[in-house]
Amino acid sequence: MLSSGLTLIFSMMGVLNFAHASFYMIGAYIGFTLNSVLGFWTALLLAPVLAGLLGAFFEKFCLRRVHKFGHVPELLITFGLSYVVLEIVQLVWGRTAVEFQPPMELQGPAFTLIQNSLSGLSLVWGAASPELCQAADAAVRVVCSPFPATRGFMMLVAMSMMLGLWLLLTKTRVGLVIQAALTHPEMVESLGHNVPRVFMSVFGVGTALAGLAGVIGGSTFVTEPAMAATVGSVIFVVVVVGGMGSLAGAFLASLLIGIVQTFAVALDYSVLSLLQNIGISVGAASQDNALLKLTISQVAPILPYLFLVLILIFRPRGLLGKRET
Amino acid sequence: MQSSATHFEFKPFNVARWVIWGLFAIILLLAPKAFSSNFSVSMLTQMGAVMIVCLSYNMLLGQGGMLSFGHAVYTGLGAYIAMHTLNAASNGVLPVPVSLIPLVGGIGGMFFAVLFGYVTTRKSGTTFAMITLGISELVFAMSLMFSGFFGGEAGISGNRVFGTPFLGITFGPPIQVYYLTAAYTFVCVALMYAFTRTPLGRILNAVRDNPERVEFIGYNTQHVRYIAFIIAGFFAGIAGGIGALNFEIVTAEVVGAARSGAYLLFTFLGGATFFFGPIIGAILLVLAFVLLSEFTKAWLLYLGLVFLFMVMFAPGGISSLIMMNLRLAAFGRLRHIWVAYIGLGLTALLGLAGVAAIVEMVYHLQLNAAMGPEVRFAGFTLNTELSHTWFGCLMLVVTGFGLFELARRQYLHDWGESQEFIEKEVKRREEAL
Amino acid sequence: MNALELKNLHKSFGKTQIIRGIDLAVTKGERVAIIGPNGAGKSTLFNLISGRFAPTSGEIWLGTHRIDGKQPFEINRLGLSRSFQITNIFPKLSVFENLRCAVLWSLGYKYTFFKFLADLDDANDLAEQYMERIRLGKKRDVLAMNLTYAEQRALEIGITIAGGAEVILLDEPTAGMSKSETLRFIQLIRQVTEGKTLLTVEHDMGVVFGLADKIAVVVYGEVIAFDTPEAVRSNPKVQEAYLGSAQAH
Repeated sequence: MLSSGLTLIFSMMGVLNFAHASFYMIGAYIGFTLNSVLGFWTALLLAPVLAGLLGAFFEKFCLRRVHKFGHVPELLITFGLSYVVLEIVQLVWGRTAVEFQPPMELQGPAFTLIQNSLSGLSLVWGAASPELCQAADAAVRVVCSPFPATRGFMMLVAMSMMLGLWLLLTKTRVGLVIQAALTHPEMVESLGHNVPRVFMSVFGVGTALAGLAGVIGGSTFVTEPAMAATVGSVIFVVVVVGGMGSLAGAFLASLLIGIVQTFAVALDYSVLSLLQNIGISVGAASQDNALLKLTISQVAPILPYLFLVLILIFRPRGLLGKRET
Repeated sequence: MQSSATHFEFKPFNVARWVIWGLFAIILLLAPKAFSSNFSVSMLTQMGAVMIVCLSYNMLLGQGGMLSFGHAVYTGLGAYIAMHTLNAASNGVLPVPVSLIPLVGGIGGMFFAVLFGYVTTRKSGTTFAMITLGISELVFAMSLMFSGFFGGEAGISGNRVFGTPFLGITFGPPIQVYYLTAAYTFVCVALMYAFTRTPLGRILNAVRDNPERVEFIGYNTQHVRYIAFIIAGFFAGIAGGIGALNFEIVTAEVVGAARSGAYLLFTFLGGATFFFGPIIGAILLVLAFVLLSEFTKAWLLYLGLVFLFMVMFAPGGISSLIMMNLRLAAFGRLRHIWVAYIGLGLTALLGLAGVAAIVEMVYHLQLNAAMGPEVRFAGFTLNTELSHTWFGCLMLVVTGFGLFELARRQYLHDWGESQEFIEKEVKRREEAL
Repeated sequence: MNALELKNLHKSFGKTQIIRGIDLAVTKGERVAIIGPNGAGKSTLFNLISGRFAPTSGEIWLGTHRIDGKQPFEINRLGLSRSFQITNIFPKLSVFENLRCAVLWSLGYKYTFFKFLADLDDANDLAEQYMERIRLGKKRDVLAMNLTYAEQRALEIGITIAGGAEVILLDEPTAGMSKSETLRFIQLIRQVTEGKTLLTVEHDMGVVFGLADKIAVVVYGEVIAFDTPEAVRSNPKVQEAYLGSAQAH
């Protein structure tokens, strides 16, 4: 979700928004406050709007002014904004995490996957009863994986967001104008469209999407000052790996990275154990070698960044990107 | 403030050149006399090291147009290498004197710059920035994995006092570390300045201005960037080595993104367009991190805001502001404008005081509410529970900024006048030629 | 041996064919003007020759060296230099610095960082000479971005020739200039490119007929005529290409 908003902003304005994750955080915190006052679903609607307005405001007064100085100052100002937002959030809401509970409807699992070594895979809507999860016979292994409703909701919103954006950009007139304004702003302006206003709204929509992601993410995961940082780097990786400017690429990349990370954490093999499995015996000294001893799960955190660097070297356009900066 | 930002070169009156460098050397020598407590001396040492870092960073940013988000990787890795060498030396394994440890750090930094730089400099612009970010995150994440080299959470510590003292110098007392640092600082600054006046330095500028054109005058742009990157990595590593000696411990945060961000922020604040800008930035960095953070909890916020305003209104940094006003002075126009400056300064101060008071009160409510409702601020005691305190501060903000706006208009008017005068004068001098 | 030779050159971008088989041979010291309607592929041709793009097929020869597919700096080092339609100088460097940068490689200074620029007498003298030749001596220390448009174009030419290249490509050198500026500028070009092989893209016919020994007419990615100005003027294919489209107005 975050990546689609960031891709939107980048592909439309050529601006890589460092503060995108900050708007995610803003959305989460505003959502939290609104949630306690107005309830989750209203918060879900309002918080993104507020985040979007803030984004548009920033664009109009800050980003636009800096645009004429070139790309470097643009990057720098979004970079500075991320610092400022972090501090302001801490100022207003404090430095510890806040309790942002998902609404009643979304609590609990959407469905549960039951893996029974005897009867195979089966699916149960809602929560699975304890009897199904415990096997009477110790020899039978049953693994129940509940799939949280919040995740399901998140995926739903993410899909519809991507779909909606794609439709907007390719099928509607507004989308056309935006695409044109990207490469030929003066031309589009002379055709009568208010280009600065277009840019402002694009930025606003992008940040609103981030805010929306924030409300959902904040209630699903945790709402705390560090959330921008944890999420920020990964979404950059996703956007760059997917190809800056390509929504489909961002989608693909986020899937890819998500899958890789999940599997990497789950797998506990290392090069060493691999060698041992093949039957190659390694000397005692090598057994202790830090590099070989690394398990994939330990390597997991750096995988996205490794991806990023490799992609930038070998295919800077990204998986499906259209333009190289 | 509009300006046709001129890129000044020190015109070669050799007298002026010797004077300036001599002054620099004298300041380096005498600074600890003025600030003599151990704490201050340690701060001075830090300033020296950070000066080297920021200047090396500006080699990339200001001279080469390369925005790196991961410069701390090279200072940090240089520091680690230096620290390991220090430990090896104090254990008698490697005969390296303490005074050469920073140089070892430099070689370490250079090594990694050769390694990472090859892939980093293949691209330019935003892609380059992203690669540096990626490598920075990569190295930081790796620091938790390779605890042999990085020392895990505790980092690697060492002892800079070992072996027989040379001429009574043990490098134990901070003042001795300072003078070693000062020597390195002077030499490194001089070398980096000299670099700007070499063919490679100038071509690097050309690459910044117009990378495509550079290809058409016979230079391989990538190669130019790569070499510059390596040289910058070398100096960054030296600074890392100094840091290792100064703190006698190196932890993973020296390669972290926060550190890189700080270098970026302050180099930019000091000014990337003039050589001495990063020097100012370095001094501010140490002052901010060491002193400002003691004064107020909101220092990061203030920093961020200052940075934002700098990017929007004075992208050349403080050094450009200084140079612009020196230019005014050179044409005899400074006296016309200093009144406007005072006006700007006073009104801004008023408004900012109001903002700061509000921020401090909010923080107090957040963090120290248990200590009662009173906050000390600039000699006043503010009671956070009284609504008229808040109201008063708000009024201060409004009036302050309102007056600021008036002062600003007057300032712009005066500035415009002076600029016109200068343009006419320049034209007149041109015709006279 | 020709100074520059194009053999069966093709270039497509995706499915669009821009250059559809061009053969051209330019002898040393010749001045060739390349003309043709907009979109004919003239700039693409220049970009192919100077190495900005690689051709889809065909060969480009610079004297005895084959240069298609080479990087721009490699081609430049072999003795070909080009100017740009949109002024492409070093804006934050002074006029003098601009020119000095342009001469550095040809004098063999490469990537040195062990010598001071101030001590490189040959580079400094050469830069001064070129500065006088393009008549910007008075603007020595002015930043390139503060020059007038015509002065910037002059500097552009200066940078192009300062490397001492034998083959010079000029892409619409007088673009955007007034009549009088154009006349002065053409004189300048003629002076500074004496003895060199010159290829220039031009739209101003007066310039073309006054400057060129030969004219190559490019239409739809092909050379439909390559001959002396008089011959081209009376060439029926050329007349159709120009007058035909003119009649459509």
